Amino acid sequence: MSEVVQLRETTRHVLRFDRTDRVLHGFLMLSFLGLASTGMPLLFSEAPWAGRLARALGGFAVTHRLHRIFAAIMIAVFVTHVSRLIVRVAVRNDYSIFWGPSSMVPQPKDLTDMYGHFLWFLGLVKRPSFDRFTYWEKFDYWAVFWGMAIIGGSGLMLWFPEVFARLLPGWIFNIALLVHGEEALLAVGFIFTIHFFNSHLRPEKFPMDMVIFTGRVSERELRDERPAEYGRLSSTAGRLHDAGAPSPRVWLAGRIVGSAAVGVGLAIVTLIVYALVF
Amino acid sequence: MRYRGLTATLALFWTLALSLSARAPAVDATASQAAPTKSAKGAAPPAAAAPTVDDCLTCHDDDSLKRTNGTPLTVHKTVFTGSVHGPLACVDCHADLAHAELPHAEKLAKVNCATCHADEVAQYQQSAHAAARAGGSDVAATCVSCHGMHDIKSKTDPESRTYHLNIAATCASCHGNQAVIARGHIAIGDVATPFGDSIHGRALSRSGLLVAPTCSDCHGPHDIRRKSDPASRVALENVPATCGKCHEGIAHQFAGSGHATVLAKGKGGAPACQTCHTAHAIIAADDPAWQLGVVSQCGSCHADKMKTYRDTFHGQVTKLGFRTVAACADCHGNHRILPAGDPASPVARANLIHTCGKCHANANANFVKYDPHADKHNPKRNAALYVASKSMQILLICTFGFFGLHSVLWLGRGMKENRGAPARHARAEEELRGAEPRGRSEVGNVQGLPTERSDKDV
Repeated sequence: MSEVVQLRETTRHVLRFDRTDRVLHGFLMLSFLGLASTGMPLLFSEAPWAGRLARALGGFAVTHRLHRIFAAIMIAVFVTHVSRLIVRVAVRNDYSIFWGPSSMVPQPKDLTDMYGHFLWFLGLVKRPSFDRFTYWEKFDYWAVFWGMAIIGGSGLMLWFPEVFARLLPGWIFNIALLVHGEEALLAVGFIFTIHFFNSHLRPEKFPMDMVIFTGRVSERELRDERPAEYGRLSSTAGRLHDAGAPSPRVWLAGRIVGSAAVGVGLAIVTLIVYALVF
Repeated sequence: MRYRGLTATLALFWTLALSLSARAPAVDATASQAAPTKSAKGAAPPAAAAPTVDDCLTCHDDDSLKRTNGTPLTVHKTVFTGSVHGPLACVDCHADLAHAELPHAEKLAKVNCATCHADEVAQYQQSAHAAARAGGSDVAATCVSCHGMHDIKSKTDPESRTYHLNIAATCASCHGNQAVIARGHIAIGDVATPFGDSIHGRALSRSGLLVAPTCSDCHGPHDIRRKSDPASRVALENVPATCGKCHEGIAHQFAGSGHATVLAKGKGGAPACQTCHTAHAIIAADDPAWQLGVVSQCGSCHADKMKTYRDTFHGQVTKLGFRTVAACADCHGNHRILPAGDPASPVARANLIHTCGKCHANANANFVKYDPHADKHNPKRNAALYVASKSMQILLICTFGFFGLHSVLWLGRGMKENRGAPARHARAEEELRGAEPRGRSEVGNVQGLPTERSDKDV
């Protein structure tokens, strides 16, 4: 908490994620953890922990229902996010989502940034001047976006096979189950290792980057980590809008929720690795 | 003609003699001849009259009577007279004492039950028990192990060791006794405990059902043979007939199955009843745990089908231990399992809509194109699934390979970078604070930037 108090006294903060995005990410975390915990026992049904975990969560009847409740939450998150994008474009005529520093669309700068970042890893050059969304953040975003479409689509097929079989041949469900499971393994493995590392566990951020909970990034952090964005904001009068310091209550809640999420995620990764190795 | 008359006369004579001496039937001639040769050691003078039961009990109806080694020699009068052999004289069995002087020698000849019960003893001689005795075992059962000695009761007597409801306990005195099992090298171990918990065992012990089978119903009473003996009632190919004595309807269904056809060839390679239901622990077939266990039993032969089943949702859920979804028998049937090529099989193409429809109410012709044993490694059977599987593999390997390397390199560099970071950050913040003071900007929304028009902290 002292960290927060100190920040409040000293530094200005820039708003990185608005409240809706933070809430959406909260529901995304909740549904993702729920789907992973209820789904992984099936994918690794032959592992000794699988049956125990499924029973601990209340048995098949319960996990079956939970999985679908969490799926509905995640679909709602997806729909809300896409609706917001549509509103931005269609209502506010804000086309910045398609190109430029505020867009998630991969751009040439991402390739050069990635190349430069690898060189920086090796200690050969200065760190690239990142902007609002870095190449790895874009990958995270599209991995989740694609994952939700693929896993969600195949999941709906498995949820309502009789409905889908009116149009599609039955073997599609063989593929749907395989893709649902493998893509889920990719998502779970990626989020719980790569995303956790990139966003929270890497040395510069360890143990946790609180921006997804507070929405705010300190001016110092922004200047150090996203010089290109900082530069753009500083050079345009009034753009460096001080959003105020993070609320200590939100900060603490985020710390607890985030730590729990990282803990659950790493536990699931451990179980998966156990199942794959033994 | 003359001989026939003689035979008839003799028969009449014997019938009369037997009915007159019903209280103490005469000893069979073979016994009285055989016994003395065995007990020559006693050196009994031939002329003495045979001792009566009361003569014997004068000494033996006494709790203090013991051998020199301390083992008891007591025969209570009430016990003996209450036994099925109560009407007999002691010497009818202990034939070597028929002419002995009393008190007799301690060591007696072995009683030969075959004197009266020739058929039963002949059957016993074929049994695994007799074979073990012949092989030197001193624990394998003989007549007295199951029937007792002086207290033998008829199998119709509820107090008899061989009364239907008591047989399981009688067999358990050895087959549920770890000391005997070890000493007798009984490979199958304790069968009494699982049998006691079985549906048969509980029908006997809890419900007292005389129609419930006990040990001897499957193994036979006297000619108990090993299952490896083709003549045994419990040899693999004979099991359906043995169980079918009671479960006739099921045996009839099974007889029409593909398994029965293979079994009839007599070379094994097919399951009989006990393969799935187990021999002794037989669990009620509506127990979900048993139903799930049978899946692995099917898989012990149909390993390839098992593997592909486990890749499906059905196989995953059952593996987790939940019965909600289809196991083998739900699609293939249970006793009358037929290959998919047989039109009578529930998994024959024409029957699939009905079979799948048992769970999937609206299954149609499209729906049943689902492959419940799809093999992602087999491009011939499941081409699209194979391609999907390989593509997913490549995607996983590339993603984790690339970002694994990315993270490892970053970790190394980040740790180096972190040295002195707090001081550097403090300086940076000092510098930012020292800059021209800037208040909160009042400028509103700028395209592409998040705003919080009402962002009071949540």
